[in-house]
Amino acid sequence: MANAAAHDHHDHHDHHAPTGWRRWVYSTNHKDIGTMYLVFSALAGLIGGLASVYMRLELQNPGVQHMPDGHYWNMVITAHGLIMVFFTVMPALIGGFGNWFIPLMIGAPDMAFPRMNNISFWLVPPAFIMLLGSALLGGGAGVGWTVYPPLSGGAAHPGPAVDMAILSLHLAGASSILASINFITTIFNMRAPGMTMHRMPLFIWAQLVTSFLLVLSLPVLAGAITMLLTDRNFGTAFFDPAGGGDPILFLHLFWFFGHPEVYIMILPAFGIISHVISTFSNKPVFGYLGMAYAMVAIGVIGFVVWAHHMYTVGMDVDTRAYFMAATMVIAVPTGIKIFSWIATMWGGSLRFETPMLWAIGLIFLFTVGGVTGVVLSNAGVDIALHNTYYVVAHFHYVLSLGAVFGIFCGIYYWFDKMTGRVFPDWAGKLHFWTTFIGVNLTFFPQHFLGLAGMPRRIPDYPDAFHGWNVISSVGSYISFGSTIFFVVMAIYVIRNGRQAVGNPWGEGATTLEWHLSSPPPFHTYDELPRIPAEAKH
Amino acid sequence: MVMGSLKRAAALAVFGLFLFAALAMLAGVAEASFPQPWQLGMQASASPVKENIAWLHNLLLVIITVITVFVLVLLVYVMWRFRASANPKPTRTTHNTMIEIIWTVVPTLILVGIAIPSFKLLYFMDRTFEADMTLKVTGHQWYWSYEYPDQEGLKFESYMIPEADLKPGQKRLLEVDNKVVVPVDTNVRVLVGGTDVMHSWMVSSLGVQIYAVPGRVNETWVRVNKPGVYYGQCNQICGINHAYMPIAVEALPKAEFERWVADAKKKFATAPQDGTVRVAQAGAEPVAAK
Repeated sequence: MANAAAHDHHDHHDHHAPTGWRRWVYSTNHKDIGTMYLVFSALAGLIGGLASVYMRLELQNPGVQHMPDGHYWNMVITAHGLIMVFFTVMPALIGGFGNWFIPLMIGAPDMAFPRMNNISFWLVPPAFIMLLGSALLGGGAGVGWTVYPPLSGGAAHPGPAVDMAILSLHLAGASSILASINFITTIFNMRAPGMTMHRMPLFIWAQLVTSFLLVLSLPVLAGAITMLLTDRNFGTAFFDPAGGGDPILFLHLFWFFGHPEVYIMILPAFGIISHVISTFSNKPVFGYLGMAYAMVAIGVIGFVVWAHHMYTVGMDVDTRAYFMAATMVIAVPTGIKIFSWIATMWGGSLRFETPMLWAIGLIFLFTVGGVTGVVLSNAGVDIALHNTYYVVAHFHYVLSLGAVFGIFCGIYYWFDKMTGRVFPDWAGKLHFWTTFIGVNLTFFPQHFLGLAGMPRRIPDYPDAFHGWNVISSVGSYISFGSTIFFVVMAIYVIRNGRQAVGNPWGEGATTLEWHLSSPPPFHTYDELPRIPAEAKH
Repeated sequence: MVMGSLKRAAALAVFGLFLFAALAMLAGVAEASFPQPWQLGMQASASPVKENIAWLHNLLLVIITVITVFVLVLLVYVMWRFRASANPKPTRTTHNTMIEIIWTVVPTLILVGIAIPSFKLLYFMDRTFEADMTLKVTGHQWYWSYEYPDQEGLKFESYMIPEADLKPGQKRLLEVDNKVVVPVDTNVRVLVGGTDVMHSWMVSSLGVQIYAVPGRVNETWVRVNKPGVYYGQCNQICGINHAYMPIAVEALPKAEFERWVADAKKKFATAPQDGTVRVAQAGAEPVAAK
């Protein structure tokens, strides 16, 4: 996929670009690194998606039919969660689109630290191989993506599998920290003359906030899993009550990372759809400053709400009351964003090309996931819903139908720009509608299952839950089929598609990347663009 | 605009689904103390805490349905009214202070409105200050054990009945060999601990869920309103048999409960416990605060 696009890139600007495998392995070019992230994310996404289809196949009927036992099931859910979070959504939204479009949108020739950019990408495949290896060696890690001890401790998981998963997270985390340092430095220092902070495109704001969240939260995760590693192998007892430790400490540390992590996954998607809504409404973004600072507010508040994942672990009631109040506050900036997008469309001249469909789909489905989040934020009601399928439905509405819709929105928006080929609109729309139907069939019934009390992370369920599980499984097959259609179509178009123009979206597309050819030359902005004071966002 | 009408049809369908769900849940379709096929809402409430949870949830469901429908209607209206063919010339409006204040303040007020009953519920359900009796629950891989300190330390274990041993009418994955029995209309303080990994003791109809954490004693309470059997499942991933450690709570009238206690003391006294396991677990087992 990447190679096909690569051949078009060679132009007269570039006299020293390496070719063949050197071009990719030694790459310091932000566009090539972005492409590698996107290709990697697609591969990982297919594996993670295959895992989810396997799970839905198992859950389609009561009884355990397709898996050897409950541990195997636990291993698959763990792999699915970690792959989707660390190896699909983050590499696509941050590594892929971030690398591609931060320099292009702020008018910088490349990232601030191109070699660091190379290592941040090349840490990801070994991390992924370690994670897959953990499933094959030492019995597999059946711990859930949250890796809670004591289940992840030496007694319950004696083999090397959990250690490999931990080291995989270490590598992926180091990669993200390096990338974030790079993003922050680039955004602060390499904006084109005239582009003040308050004139940056919203996508850049989103990436900036995301990078700060990563830099501040990942070290806490790294600390937690290192303590877990030493508990497992070197006789410490941070999380072992028999040695004076406490498993709940791990939960606090994990969610101090884990909650910002969910915003890390959605904020870049917010950034993307802001541009898409504006482009296809042919109208500047409504309330630019409110939009930018709403993301900052979401980032800040995102750090002080972590224990809403822990209402049932036995925390003091006043602590729960605080976390409930803080969590509800997040609904306000999120609401500002939703309404500002609609206000951007208000009075516009709307065209419903493929990227716009994904963006509007995201607004609506994220609203559904958002309001069930408000239900779950109530510590009282959460007693009846914690760890049930209601939670599974909620976080898939905001992530699978939020972040992943954001990824596809970005792919269709920038497909021409990145590949130089035109993605046929009918194919994009077919992909959108089949995915839209598939994911809603998959996840909406899970609200009902959760309300009725079906626990998550079980391979077999009481027979009464059968009906909605069938619907959910059918939905997942439709979604996966739709994804395969997209992948095949994308490969075909990259090989055989029509040549794209620099700006396929017309006058609504105002950011700097649309002034370049499609695909852009290997090195862009040999001469820095100047941003006039009256520039639109 | 084939596209637009398609989109509208889909939107209508989703809207219909929402309304249907909301109405069905409010009407209390398929309410029972165990899950029902095609159930849409929560299980029936059998404790004051669960009644309050269900009340608050129903209120929230109305609020979130109204918000979602409002956003959907806005979206559909905007998509229809400002489609390129109907509105070829876009405005340049990017600011309107009044509307921005409104969409900040109104959600805040709604959240404050939600928070008031929510805080009340949270403090109400936290613990009981006048417990009539205490029940100790301990999670193990993969069964529960129950202890009655007020009934002279009556103690027994509760395993799932395997599928092969089910009698007709028994519910697969929910039925246990020894149900935990409590008297109705009694404030029962529940102390939950763990021995190996984390588990979660959850009974939907009773509005009870709390983690069983090694090294800790978590406290909650339950007051069952009416006699019956209430089912739940372990709700925190705990290893290979996580799906196979259900919870069955039987609530009996007080007199019958006393009879059950007398019978159970005899029954579980004759069933010898495995001494070695007991000794090994004694250190890790939480000590019940009396």
